[in-house]
Amino acid sequence: MNIRILLAVTVRVLTQLRRDRRTAAMLLVLPCVLITLLWWMFRDMPGSLFDRFGPGLLAIFPFIVMFLVTSVTTLRERSSGTLERLLAMPMGKLDFLGGYALAFGLVATVQAALAVTLSTGPLGLSVSGSVWLLGLVAVADAVLGTALGLFVSAFAQTEFQAVQFMPLFVIPQILLCGLFVPRPALPGVLHALSDVLPLSYATDAMQGLVSSTSTGEVWRDLAIVTGFALAALAGGAATLRRRTP
Amino acid sequence: MMNNAVEIRGLVVVRGGRPVLDSLDLTIDRGTVTGLLGPSGCGKSTLMRSLVGVQELRSGSVTIDGTEAGSKELRHRIGYVTQAPSVYTDLTVRENLVFFARVLGADTGTVDRAIERVDLADHADQVVARLSGGQLSRASLAVALLGTPDVLVLDEPTVGLDPVLRRELWTLFHSLADDGAAVFVSSHVMDEAERCDRLLLMRQGQIIADDSPSQILANTRTDDMESAFLALVDAAAEGSAA
Repeated sequence: MNIRILLAVTVRVLTQLRRDRRTAAMLLVLPCVLITLLWWMFRDMPGSLFDRFGPGLLAIFPFIVMFLVTSVTTLRERSSGTLERLLAMPMGKLDFLGGYALAFGLVATVQAALAVTLSTGPLGLSVSGSVWLLGLVAVADAVLGTALGLFVSAFAQTEFQAVQFMPLFVIPQILLCGLFVPRPALPGVLHALSDVLPLSYATDAMQGLVSSTSTGEVWRDLAIVTGFALAALAGGAATLRRRTP
Repeated sequence: MMNNAVEIRGLVVVRGGRPVLDSLDLTIDRGTVTGLLGPSGCGKSTLMRSLVGVQELRSGSVTIDGTEAGSKELRHRIGYVTQAPSVYTDLTVRENLVFFARVLGADTGTVDRAIERVDLADHADQVVARLSGGQLSRASLAVALLGTPDVLVLDEPTVGLDPVLRRELWTLFHSLADDGAAVFVSSHVMDEAERCDRLLLMRQGQIIADDSPSQILANTRTDDMESAFLALVDAAAEGSAA
């Protein structure tokens, strides 16, 4: 791994993002708008439903957004020939993936800071645990989305296909992560399935932070999410081939 | 110094179950501009990708100065232009070059020199997406000139360019060769042939002629490369029929 090259990729991806104002704005503003919409929906309902659903969405939004952005960007890199050119240069696979993960991780940090500040401040989400930890979990989710996006882009030939991977890879995770039905209440098979999906742990971590001050389980969940992200990055590296047919 | 920069032995490449290159042998020298000319789909790009080390090979070997093509120690010494312009269209010309220079570990002075060489100084700070087709392929070519590559593999770098500019680029290729680089340029435009020191004519994965352009014309008793190409194809057809 070469830090100079990794950082060159990060700077380049961020420069591209700065040029593409519309995407940059959507990355930062969209999660806030959606969380506000959720808060507004539940405002006149009895009970604290926003406290129940808010944390899950804080986990899901960065995940979805980063999954989409990364899978499309890296696919573009594969199809435009720039990836082939880079792999003919002294570019390591991990430099490439790490550069992307770092760039989108930084964007995710800003995104998470905005969404968490908005939720816990003006929208009044009550968090028993640490707000900082809540932000950290959101960043880990975003990096997970980035890593999975990098991985699946290897299996798509067109941007159209890449976008179709979202319903396949993301929506089942949203359905089973415990947001709609608490995971212990799921039928046995689905519960077992949800145990091997990373978003379940991200949601568990968020809900744990909101409902309790103990952080032991949160750190464990965070470690699992990070483990999934690293595994997906390793999988992504395995799918990047210097020599192609 | 060894003169044969690139040595290809028994190269076989199969794509989609079909042999694109079938036991090809070839050496490419330093200090010369070697042209690879042939119709679209004849295997030019596959050969070039093999030289750079991004093509999956079935068998045979491609070495540069005795080292396997695509090896780590070679990757900063090879300037490669892919057939489709491969630069980031949402960055400016300069931002693109600065990025690739960082990857190569080349100093930033090389960026300005590359921009000058492809005559894009007036457009250096323009976003690539707003450039014309010719400017775009020059931006892509500039990336291959970064650092001091001693093997240049240029896949159709002059397609669609203004004749004046094309002449300038061929002058540039020759000056790079004079500095000791091995310059390997492909084209499907027959009239570019005469600008090479050595010309390879390729058809259906086979090299059907390998000589200086004037010698190829003399051997086939023709006045232009298109006729020479046809004469060679006809002669080969007669040869296989006989």
